[in-house]
This record gives sequence, structure tokens and C-alpha cells, in this order.
Amino acid sequence: MALSKMYNLYRQVILDHSDNPHHHGELPKSTNEIELKNPTCGDVLKLQLVVKDGIIKDAAFSGYGCTISQASASMMTDAVINKKVEDADNMVQVFSDMIIGDDVDTNVLGDAAVLQGVSKFPARIKCATLAWKALHRSLTNQSK
Amino acid sequence: MDNNNVWRKDFPILDQKVNDEDLVYLDNAATTQKPKDVMSKVANFYYSDYANVHRGVHTLAERSTEQFEAAREKVRKFINANSDKEVIFTKGATNSLNLVAQSYGEENIHEGDEIVISYMEHHSNLIPWQQLALRKKATLKYIELTDDGQLDMDDAQRKITDKTKIVSIAQSSNVLGVINPVKELAQIAHSHDAVMVVDGAQSVPNMPVDVTDLDCDFFAFSGHKMMAETGIGVLYGKQELLEQMPPVEFGGEMIEFVKKFDSSWNELPWKFEAGTPNIAGAISLGYAIDYLESVGLDNIQKNTQAIVDHVLPKLLDIDDLEVYGPKDPANHTGVISFNLKGLHPHDLATGLDMEGVAVRAGHHCAQPLMEYLGLSATARASFYLYNTISDADRLVEAIKATKEFFKNGTV
Repeated sequence: MALSKMYNLYRQVILDHSDNPHHHGELPKSTNEIELKNPTCGDVLKLQLVVKDGIIKDAAFSGYGCTISQASASMMTDAVINKKVEDADNMVQVFSDMIIGDDVDTNVLGDAAVLQGVSKFPARIKCATLAWKALHRSLTNQSK
Repeated sequence: MDNNNVWRKDFPILDQKVNDEDLVYLDNAATTQKPKDVMSKVANFYYSDYANVHRGVHTLAERSTEQFEAAREKVRKFINANSDKEVIFTKGATNSLNLVAQSYGEENIHEGDEIVISYMEHHSNLIPWQQLALRKKATLKYIELTDDGQLDMDDAQRKITDKTKIVSIAQSSNVLGVINPVKELAQIAHSHDAVMVVDGAQSVPNMPVDVTDLDCDFFAFSGHKMMAETGIGVLYGKQELLEQMPPVEFGGEMIEFVKKFDSSWNELPWKFEAGTPNIAGAISLGYAIDYLESVGLDNIQKNTQAIVDHVLPKLLDIDDLEVYGPKDPANHTGVISFNLKGLHPHDLATGLDMEGVAVRAGHHCAQPLMEYLGLSATARASFYLYNTISDADRLVEAIKATKEFFKNGTV
């Protein structure tokens, strides 16, 4: 049955992250904050970061979206906390390359590496990249 | 039922596998597929008669012009307009509605005036009026909906007042699957000296439309939702209104005389058709109308109604599936929106796609409606003449399978 293909998209770890997202909610204080929308589906993602001495000390996201976008945001926050800003921004690049099917070393991404399967579902790439796009935007605004 | 559907064979695109399953195309409210016969006639036009229209005296120009204008006459008859002057070719319903807002609206809306729309409008019948209201300091008012998603006609009576100058409503909803009483709304609008604009993008492909009987002042629709090419649409307008309206685009075709510091305009309908028009698009619309008339709009309605009668109760029967709009199949068009509890519609749509079933998921260009319903998005299946009862069953099975997939995946 064709639904079996979906196991590549909805791996168990993705469903776990979506059901029990990490770092979901709002931080009382943040240094960087951004709200991004996916206009084609109405998804909204708010990302807050606490950046100190060039290091992402904390991160949280809120809003609503599909399984893929929620899991991706959960995995992204897991992956970037306690990372240097430039390393985190580099991870955005690795993730973006991975998600369009490029052969890259995904070790730095942690759990988020399992989202590689999304590259086989072009219609869902935007869902997976929303959180990472938010990270990049909020980090680059910070450096200005 | 499949065997009884004599039209399906006219649509070669439907005969293919998607994700290893037979394709079931249920995204017809977004756009419809094209009959082979219509496309080959358009190709023949390009191969034998194509030239620019209304310019030049050579034979091809004459043939091209003749077919372009013949398409206009087919449209006129199809919607029962009084004159070809009332049929303006546009890029689509969006372009048509913007034209009314930018020409009629710009001239006739003043500070303090009211424009009345409803909560179920597509963005194309919402933003042009919202922006016009902002430019003119006019008030935009929304007619409320009843609990089952019908237009609240009592509220329409309250919202349309002597300050109202424009009422603009979809004849058929692209989300809720309801038909709105636009003829009655036109009467209410006219009793307050307002003009009635109808967005017919979802209705014209599916039901007989008679603009003279509706007595609407403007009527907009798109070719691609009724089996013609993309990039062609129509604005119908009453001649006496169109005569008074200024053109919004300037250039070739739409002029009479051009002097250095002043120009005068061509007569209707060309006054509103600046530049080389979508000639083949208009001709494809003419052929699509021929096709629709050979099938018969009553047969299209019958086929869709049989599917809705069959599938709506089955959808309502699925635990955790919320279905929007009227629950009685008799009041529901072939557009059915739904959500599986706890699952984002994009996840549902991916599951259905893996089963070969193409549906739309998202806000359907109706964000104020989504907000009104307290939703961020829905999935939507929409049926057309080439769909069958077994297509509908495939949808039901695919929804159940997707539901199981996510249930078992997360346990």
C-alpha cells in the first residue's frame, strides 16, 4: 500500500517530537524574537532566543503548524541550544542543503537529521524549513 | 458508476498512476482538467489560423479575430448577457473583480460609503474591496454566516443600508460548499441603490447561470475552473455601467484616437482590453463552453449531486473527521472541506496523495473565513463531471487509512 512510503516522512522520532515538542512555549525574556508565517498553509511560528556572549543560551517556539513543522522546530531548538551563533547559522545551511536532497554531513543536526526523508516530498519542504528560516533571520538581525 | 461516466475518457491526464495508485483528482475547485478535444482545437487554431486580432487586413488576422469574437459570443449566450459589449475578456475572476474595484469603485465610492461582502469570500473578492475602502475611507462590512455555514440573510438585510454602494458576494463558496441567493441579494442591493457584484468563479462551471435573470450588475469568472486554459476570464457588466466607467489599463486595442496630449477610448468591450489579449485562451474558453453545453450543466449537477449524496454521509460517519458547511447533501455542492482531529490538514493531504488522491489543504485563500471558523486550515475535496462514486469511495478509504497511520504511528 502506498501509505507505507510515508514512513520515510513520518519517522517515529518525528512523530514523538511533534506530539511532545521540546522547548515549546514562550520565554519570559529573550534577546531575539521573530514570527514567521507560511502563507500557503497559514502556519505561524514564533521563535525566541536568548543569545549571550555569542552563544545561544536558550530557545523556545510557539504557534501552530503541521507535524513536520512542529517536529522540525522542536529538533532545531534541541540542536542549537548552547551552540555558538555562527555554528548555529552554519547548521541552517546544512539543513537547507539536506532538505533539497544534497549529500551533506548531517551529524551536526542531531535528531533533525531524520528530516532528510522530507526531501522526497517536495510539497512539504517548506514545512520543514520554517523553523530554520526563523533561526537564520533572528540570528542575522541580531548581528546587525 | 465508473462505467457509466462517459466523460472521463475525454481527460487523458486522469489515466495515470500517482504514487503507484490510480489517480483520483479531487482538486477541481482550484482548477479543472482539460478535455482532449478542447486542447486539440486550440492547437489547430495555432497551427492554421493564428495571428493578432483587430489589427491588419490580412487573412490570418481576420480568421483569428473572427474566432476570438465568436468565443465572446459563446460566452454571452452561455451566461445570457444582452450584448457582446457586456462581455470583457480578462485574465481571470481575480482580474475581473479588481477591474470593477479600480474603475467603478474608484469613481463611485466616497468617504463614509459602505461596501458589503461576506465572511466566506475568497481573497480575490475581499482584498480589492478592503483596499478600495482603505483608499476612500469607506467602511467594509461582512455579512455573518449561520451555524451550518450558509449566508445569514437576516444579517444581509441589516448590513446592506442606504449608505451601501457595492455588495459583492460569491455565488458559490470555495470552502463551505454552499450556494448563495445572489438574485435575492441583488434585489436588496438595488432597493438601496447599491450595485451587485457576483463572484461566479465556483458557480459558472457547475450550474446554469443567467446574469439577466440574476439582475446582477457585474459578474466575474475564470476559464481555467471550467476546463479552458489558464489566464483567461470574464467580466460581465451591465452596458450602461460599463459605458460610464473609465478604463484602468491603457495601450493598444483600447483606444479610438490618440493625440499627443489626449486620447479617446474604443467602444465596449475593447475599452477594457488593452494590449494583445489572450487570444488562444479566449478561444479555448469558447470550446470549453461548447464542451460544457454538449455535456449539459444539468448532467454535471446530477453527477456531482449523486457523489455528494453518497459521500457526505460516509464522511460524517468517520470518527474524528470534522466536516464543514451544511450536513444535508441536498444543500451541499461538490466542494467539501474537512479536518481530521489532531492532524494538520497538510499531513492529511500528504497521506491522501500517497494513496493517489489529490486534495487541497490550506486556508483556500479565505483567511478571514478560517479565522471566523476558528481554524488555521482545512483539507478540501472538490468533485467535477469526470469524478465517480468510486473516486469518492477512494477518498473515504484514504482518509481512514491516513487516520490509522497516524494513530498507530503515535501509539
